[in-house]
Formats: sequence, structure tokens, C-alpha cells
Amino acid sequence: MSAVFEVKNLKRSFGGLVVTNDVSISMAPGDRVALIGPNGAGKTTFVNLVTGTIPPSSGEVRLGGETVTKVDAIGRVRRGLVRSFQVTRLFQDMTPAEHVGLAVLQRSGRAGRLFGSFLTMPDVMAEVSELLEKLGLAELAHRKVSEIAYGQQRLLEIAVALALKPKVLLLDEPAAGVPQSDTGRIEQALADLPKDLAVLMIEHDMDLVFRFAKRVIVLAAGTIIFDGLPADVTKDARVREAYLGSYAHASHVA
Amino acid sequence: MTVAMNNQTTLSRPRGGSFKRDLIGVIVIIVFAALGYVLFPDNLALLTRILAVALLVLSLDLVTGYCGVATLGHAALFGSGAYAAGILSAHYGINDPFLMTMGGIGAGAVAGLLCAVIMLRAHGLPQLVLSIALIYLFHEFANKASSWTGGSDGLAGIMPDAVFGIYEFDLYGHTAYFFGIALLLIVFVLLRILVRSPFGMLCRGIKEDPLRIRAMGASPNAALTKMYVISGAVAGTGGALSAISTQVVALDALSFTQSAEALVMLVLGGTGSLFGALAGTLIFMLFEDYVSAANPFHWLTMVGVLLIAVVLFAPKGIYGTAAAYFSRRREGSQ
Repeated sequence: MSAVFEVKNLKRSFGGLVVTNDVSISMAPGDRVALIGPNGAGKTTFVNLVTGTIPPSSGEVRLGGETVTKVDAIGRVRRGLVRSFQVTRLFQDMTPAEHVGLAVLQRSGRAGRLFGSFLTMPDVMAEVSELLEKLGLAELAHRKVSEIAYGQQRLLEIAVALALKPKVLLLDEPAAGVPQSDTGRIEQALADLPKDLAVLMIEHDMDLVFRFAKRVIVLAAGTIIFDGLPADVTKDARVREAYLGSYAHASHVA
Repeated sequence: MTVAMNNQTTLSRPRGGSFKRDLIGVIVIIVFAALGYVLFPDNLALLTRILAVALLVLSLDLVTGYCGVATLGHAALFGSGAYAAGILSAHYGINDPFLMTMGGIGAGAVAGLLCAVIMLRAHGLPQLVLSIALIYLFHEFANKASSWTGGSDGLAGIMPDAVFGIYEFDLYGHTAYFFGIALLLIVFVLLRILVRSPFGMLCRGIKEDPLRIRAMGASPNAALTKMYVISGAVAGTGGALSAISTQVVALDALSFTQSAEALVMLVLGGTGSLFGALAGTLIFMLFEDYVSAANPFHWLTMVGVLLIAVVLFAPKGIYGTAAAYFSRRREGSQ
């Protein structure tokens, strides 16, 4: 299948420090890829480069066959590249229904309307209900986000991302900070993601990575050192070295 | 209180009819307007001035309360509306009060666009400084363009026609007062619709987290610019009302002091709520009027003390704190 998302020879340096060095990734619709790497491997920079938050020094980002390297962050979202945030960034005073409603309105070009309410727009409400029910948030639809549990907020992050109908979804540690008791619900949500959606998950939790991903990419010191099946990743000498090295370094510092 | 009905994906509507609250708001405004008319028949000029400033504070609430843009230059929008309405009458002989109001709305909107283009390039403190620079520039421009604005002498010669050709703008200010009430009611209802609209929701999101809004594919700056234009139209309405009712426009309509006072009134009443903006204006201006008459030497001291008390003990503003208190009690009693 043709690639829906491609990164070609992406490079970024801050001063003399190269944080992303010649990274190339290609993903097809339906792919489930996990991006892992020790701390400081350049994962955050990679996400920022891909979403258009910072420009690359060189290289190319392609989305659905179109080169979007020069397109800004907003333009990339509109073209179907959507991200979730590692720390939930939700609007504390707004309800889950409003969050998803706003995302649906924005996607359908109606977020600038000066009158009416999404609560009375049947098509928007249908989508809002469907998404909230799918993620088990229907009961909380009209509560303020500040009143709902963190695990549910993480689910809402996913709901908002899905409401934008992405082609490529970047999940930044979707289960970070969620109590053990709630991770099952999130894993279920991840398993239920649309089949044709290409998902790139950045994650630390290796259990989650192994259950979710069909393919694992390991980033270390800004370079891809492994791209292959989850079963092979732990056997790879370079990966072990990278992680061992970082742990050795960490214990040394501590 | 969400019910999923037989497999159909239907969410119940949230509690509390917003239409009911609109109606209550309109009734409260009318009741206060009637009370003012009955209790202070000789002071309608002050009450009309309160209405004009209320429009300015509502307008400020749109950008500050709903969008999180702090500005100390919002009178630029108000003053532009006042001068536009005044100049239409004094220089072009367009004396129809509705046309003058339209002129004020248009000029306010243009001033809003201009301010947005400059102010939205910065955030936080630099943005606040830009707003102060803008109000000084507007003020200085009006001062220098004295052949149009009358400069520091003020713009005189404004002679609005009778409303509908029947109700003359009389010496006692009856017509001006009712004209002002009508404008405020129309603006209030339109703004209630606006803050509930998809756009209103988008702006609330921008206030909390512009980066998140960008990640949803919307441009915060485009939305804020739009809100600034709307805000300018509202402030321009207030400016036009001021020009029509007092039949003079002075430079202080475009002043830093007027801008700062508007912000004070908004904080006093409570930001992010139309009722808060109205309450703040009413309380501040009545308090100012009463205290300055009762004790002309120390009235500023008392205004200062009131402000400190509100900010320390009711940080959400007088209306905001009262509303939070009652909603807690309502939830507690359930």
C-alpha cells in the first residue's frame, strides 16, 4: 500500500548539536508503529519536526503524497496529521461534549459561526455522542473536564483527536500518568482505533508497546537504530546497548 | 444525567436552559433601567453615560474576559466610534441617530481590526505595552487632527435628529436614555448568542490553551482578530451613544484613563461574564458618582479601597463571586 506518511532524511540541529540525524520513516494506512528510545533520544524533537512546530534543518515530511515540510502546524492538522499530548492539554472549564463538539465543528469548517450551538446541530451531536460512547465518556458528557478523572481525560484526548478525522495519528505517551486500574480502558481504546488510520505511538511502557505495535522503531541519539518487528527488538544488540548505555549513564549521574 | 436511549446514540442536553437565562438578563436590565428612570429622573445624563460605558466594558470583556487578551487601550475602539458618529453629524450633516450609530459601529470595528493586527503580534506584557502605545497614538492623532475632531476643545456641533422623526433628544435626556437602553438590550442579546456560538466556544478554548487550539487545526490569531472586530463594533456602539447623548466628543473618550477604568470595572464585576461586565460598570460608576459628591477630597481613596477589597476578597469580581456562591449553594442543597 502507498505511504500515507513519510519522513525522508529529516535533520535538525540546535547550534552544533544534532538532535535529529537523517531520520526516515514510512507508514501506510492501518500501520501501528511504536517509536521508543531512551531519554534524550530526540523523540520530542522528532514530534515537533513532524507536526511543524519547529522547522527541520533539512529533509522532508510528506503527508498523503503531498510534501508538507513548508506547511505550518495548523495546515498539517487540516491535512490529517493529528497529535495527542503527553500531558493532557484539555480546557478545564469545558465539558467533554464541548471538546469533541469543537473538534467536529473545526473539522467541518463551522468553528467560526457566530450563532447557534453545536448542541442543536444534529449531525455534530451524532458524532459527539458516537465518539464519547465509544470511549465510555457518555455519562460525563456535560461535566467539566476539571471534575473528571485523569484516565478519562486521557480518553478524551483520544476522542478529540479522532473527531478531527486524522489520516495519521501521533499518540504521545497515551497512558502516561494513568493509574494501573485505568490502563485497560485506554488499551481498549487504542485497539479500537479506526482500521485505516496510521498510528505512530511514542511510548515508554514496553508492555503497552508490545501489545499495541506491529512494528517498533528505536531512536537513539537522534538516529534510528532499529526498525522492525516487536519480537526482534529486544534481541537487537544496538538497542540493548543504547538502553543499557543510558541506564548506566543514569546510574552514574545518580 | 446522560441517557443513552435504545441503541440510538443520543446525549441528553445539559441542565439549565440558556434561553431562560437570556430572558432573565433582559428582564433584569429592563427592571434596572426602569428603577433608574423612576429613582433618578434628574440624573438621566449619568445613567446614559453608564449605558455607554457599559457597552465599552462589555466590549472589553469579549477580548479580555472571553479571549484572555489583556489590554489597557480599549477606549481606542470606543473613542473611534464616538468621533465617527460625531464627525458624521458635525461635518457631514448626517444627523440620523441610527446612521450615526452605524458610523460608530463601523469605525469601532475598523479600530478593532487595526488594534488586533498590531497587538496580536505579541503576548503577555509586551502585548499590554502595545495596547498602551496604541491608545496614546489614537489620542495624539485625535488631538492633532483638530480640524476634524476639535482637538483639545472637543468636537462640538453634533445635532442628532429626533428618533423616528418623533422623539427629540431633549434637555432632560429622556430620549437619549431610552435610545441607550434599546442599544444595550440589542447588544446584550446578540452577545449572549455570540458567547454560546461555536465561535464563542473556540475563543474560550483559545483563552485556556492557544497551542491546543492550533493542534485542532484552528488559528488562534484569526479568531482573535475576528473577536477584536466584533468587540470594536460593540465599543463603537457605546462611543456613538456617548456622542449622540452628550452631543460633544472630548479627547478623554480616547484616553488611557478611560481604558484603565474600563478594565477596573470589568475586574470589579467579574471577567468572562456579560453580567459581570454590566454589574461592574454599574457599581463602579454609581459608587464613583456617589462618593465623589459625598466627599470630593477623598473619593479616589475610597474607590481605591473598594478595589483592593474586591480583588483580595472576591477575586472573581462581585458578580463572579456571587454567582459562584449561589451555584455552590444550589449544588449543596440537591
